[in-house]
Amino acid sequence: MNSHQGEMKGDKQMNTSVLEERSKVPATLSARALSQVKNNGALWAFFLLLLINILITPNFLQIQTLYVNLTQVATVAIVAIGMTLVIASGGIDLSVGALMALAGTIAPMIFLSDFAASWPALGLVLAIVVAIAVAGLAGLFNGYLISVYKIQPIIATLILFISGRGIAQVLTNGELQTFDNPSFEFIGTGRILGVPVQAIITIVLALSIAWVIKRSIYGRFLLAVGGNEKAAELAGVPAKKIKMLTYMICGLLAGIAGLISTAINSASDANQTGQLMELDAISAAIVGGVLLTGGKAPILGAVLGAAIIQLVGYTLLANGVHDAVAMVAKAVIIIVAVYLQQVKGAK
Amino acid sequence: MNNVDSIDLVECDMPSMGALSQAPEVVLSMQGIDKRFAGVPALSNANLALKAGEVHAIIGQNGAGKSTLIKVLNGAHKLDEGEIHFLGEAVSYASPHHAQMAGISTIFQEVNLIAYRSVTENICLGHEPKRFGMVDWRKAHAHARETLARFGLELDVEQPLGSFNIAIQQLVAIARAVALDAKVVIMDEPTSSLDEKEKAVLFRVIKELKSSGVAILYVSHHLDELFQICDQITVMRDGKTVEQKPISAMSKLDMVAAMLGKDPAEIAKGGATNFAATGQVSDEVLFSVAHLKGAAGLKDVSFDLYKSEILGLAGLLGAGRSEVARAIFGLDHEMKSGKMHLSGQPVDFNHPSRAIAAGFGFCSEDRKEDGIIPQLSVRENLTLVLLPRIAKYGLIDEAKERQLVDEFIRHLGIKTASMEQPISQLSGGNQQKVLLARWLVTNPNILILDEPTRGIDVGAKGEIQALIRRLADDGLTVLMISSEFEELVEGADRVIVLQDGHSIQELANEQLTENAIMKAIAQ
Repeated sequence: MNSHQGEMKGDKQMNTSVLEERSKVPATLSARALSQVKNNGALWAFFLLLLINILITPNFLQIQTLYVNLTQVATVAIVAIGMTLVIASGGIDLSVGALMALAGTIAPMIFLSDFAASWPALGLVLAIVVAIAVAGLAGLFNGYLISVYKIQPIIATLILFISGRGIAQVLTNGELQTFDNPSFEFIGTGRILGVPVQAIITIVLALSIAWVIKRSIYGRFLLAVGGNEKAAELAGVPAKKIKMLTYMICGLLAGIAGLISTAINSASDANQTGQLMELDAISAAIVGGVLLTGGKAPILGAVLGAAIIQLVGYTLLANGVHDAVAMVAKAVIIIVAVYLQQVKGAK
Repeated sequence: MNNVDSIDLVECDMPSMGALSQAPEVVLSMQGIDKRFAGVPALSNANLALKAGEVHAIIGQNGAGKSTLIKVLNGAHKLDEGEIHFLGEAVSYASPHHAQMAGISTIFQEVNLIAYRSVTENICLGHEPKRFGMVDWRKAHAHARETLARFGLELDVEQPLGSFNIAIQQLVAIARAVALDAKVVIMDEPTSSLDEKEKAVLFRVIKELKSSGVAILYVSHHLDELFQICDQITVMRDGKTVEQKPISAMSKLDMVAAMLGKDPAEIAKGGATNFAATGQVSDEVLFSVAHLKGAAGLKDVSFDLYKSEILGLAGLLGAGRSEVARAIFGLDHEMKSGKMHLSGQPVDFNHPSRAIAAGFGFCSEDRKEDGIIPQLSVRENLTLVLLPRIAKYGLIDEAKERQLVDEFIRHLGIKTASMEQPISQLSGGNQQKVLLARWLVTNPNILILDEPTRGIDVGAKGEIQALIRRLADDGLTVLMISSEFEELVEGADRVIVLQDGHSIQELANEQLTENAIMKAIAQ
């Protein structure tokens, strides 16, 4: 296949185009700084927020502050990772909050059962596994509707958005399940070497999924399907399977977040768990730099996006600004994030 | 060239002007129209004169500028140079809506009405009869019925438009144009989704419009139907209006020749050129297609593909060339029938992945639509098909990937800053090379190329053509679709001519000439 002539030619052409590329690099320092901010906007915004807080928020540089924020951000970050995958495939998932409630309801039902009373360890494992698996199956159901029946994602996931929470409420007769199970609560309140367990779970999930996206066939196929589904299909990519798998992963992650949320509260409230989570997760994913048109999956960006939104909320709250104003601030962040995306896209 | 054309124009205009002593007035004229997209001319000095009560066809090859001319006329595009006169006044419309309100209605290929609103609403939208500030529905329905009755159509006008078939929807679109008192109606490929009976109804409607003095601008690739309804023909080529004649003065062969810029006399003689196929074709049939029928006008196509030959598929747009390729490759599977054999074994792929596993590759016609993944890098685009073969436990062997990508970037001379550059930043020719590499890296037995050199610059074009020839010499079997007859004649060993979804002729050796292809198409 390799002809020597072709090589020489290729080399020459590459060199010229590299030169062209170089001349395009912004020459002035300010232009370079500007492009830095544009390309890593979320990271710079995060540092800026930290700096502002260090300057104005009382007692910001205390370990307690870190824990409070980590505790509040973990569930959003985990769901935002799943949401990023779904958006990268060209879709959206409105059912994540409801799936959190579903998983958060099923787990206590199992570890509070008579079976778990006689087999506590097995009961706890089953509670966790079954709850997450049910959320995963629900996600698979979403993916099935979307890929096989070609129902628009926003409509398909609306079905479980409405009914998922309903099912959870039916399972518990709408009652609050309170429990005292230190092993289970460890997920929400425990610490390993002083670090909150939920933060560890979040970081492990984020890193491993980011690695899978970068290194695996699944990751590449996901970006291809989201970037240009027709082209991907023509290249032999099993687009339907990829989409189903993606919604399933999103469901699994929502299930994990649901368990953490329940464990923090030592109680499961089908009506409250994961309330408005779909919007928080979409916001975090957008701030993290996901393209709403699909084809990019910045996993660590989603975690950062969740952190930024959390930090803005905390900053305002800690400085005595009303909660309602904090919501407006969140909206402003999203507008800025989308604007930066547009600017980048227009280039 | 230009001079000859303008003389042609004068010559043929004179008698027609004389013949029609009670010459109908010119309702619309376009003069010296120029239109450039990003500096590339799409129209240059295009002219058109449309008379009341005539059906005026615009014909030309794909990319000749027909659609652009229409879009400049109805305000979808802004013209760069030239003048449009409508009813004696210089006009310029901001949008097709404005043009429609002024009396120039466009009936698009895809009906652009509101499917879930009633027929009445679609006809009356924007000019509903009012009573006390409210829509007077009784009057509106009556008006809609009346308008449709003019075309011999009786519909339940309160039903949503979407509940009727596409032909009826198209007629409703025309009825809307008439209801708006259109003086000029533009029809872009109106028969493309109609069957024979529906076509007859449409033609009746066109005649009815004609007799009431409406001028109709008619764009179609189906030359046969022009003889049934058209009065005048304007031929476009490379953004210019090169010929205008009464249809009575033209044969189908004349039309094809004018569209392609060739001399009809030469085509009619046929076979008198120096080109000759060079390829030494083996007598081993690798793949065969028998009576293939499928999506979008693919009716009955049969051919044999011999090992390591380049087989060309020729035909006008809409003849079913791409549909053949898609059907073979397992796309549009649900509508397919016919038999295919690979090395004597019957095959039928229901997904591209099956075709790929059997050793096929398919480089599609539209790079943007179903070729590149714009957000991904050159590397990621290049290895998309190969990926499962360089992975273990679902994880990609990145070292192997980089090595192969590097090899193919050099081998095909792909101009890119690095393999990590987004493919969307490459030129069309280099994007096409990456897409070719996407298939070549999988080492296919049969490669289907749909318009492999469309829309790329001359240099890259030559390189790609030479590459295809070299690959075939090395044993690759190629099925090549091209609109450029020159490319087929020079590149292919044999050519199958398609017309209206049928394979009608096979050309090889000394029979394989551009003229022979044109003659077959014009049959």
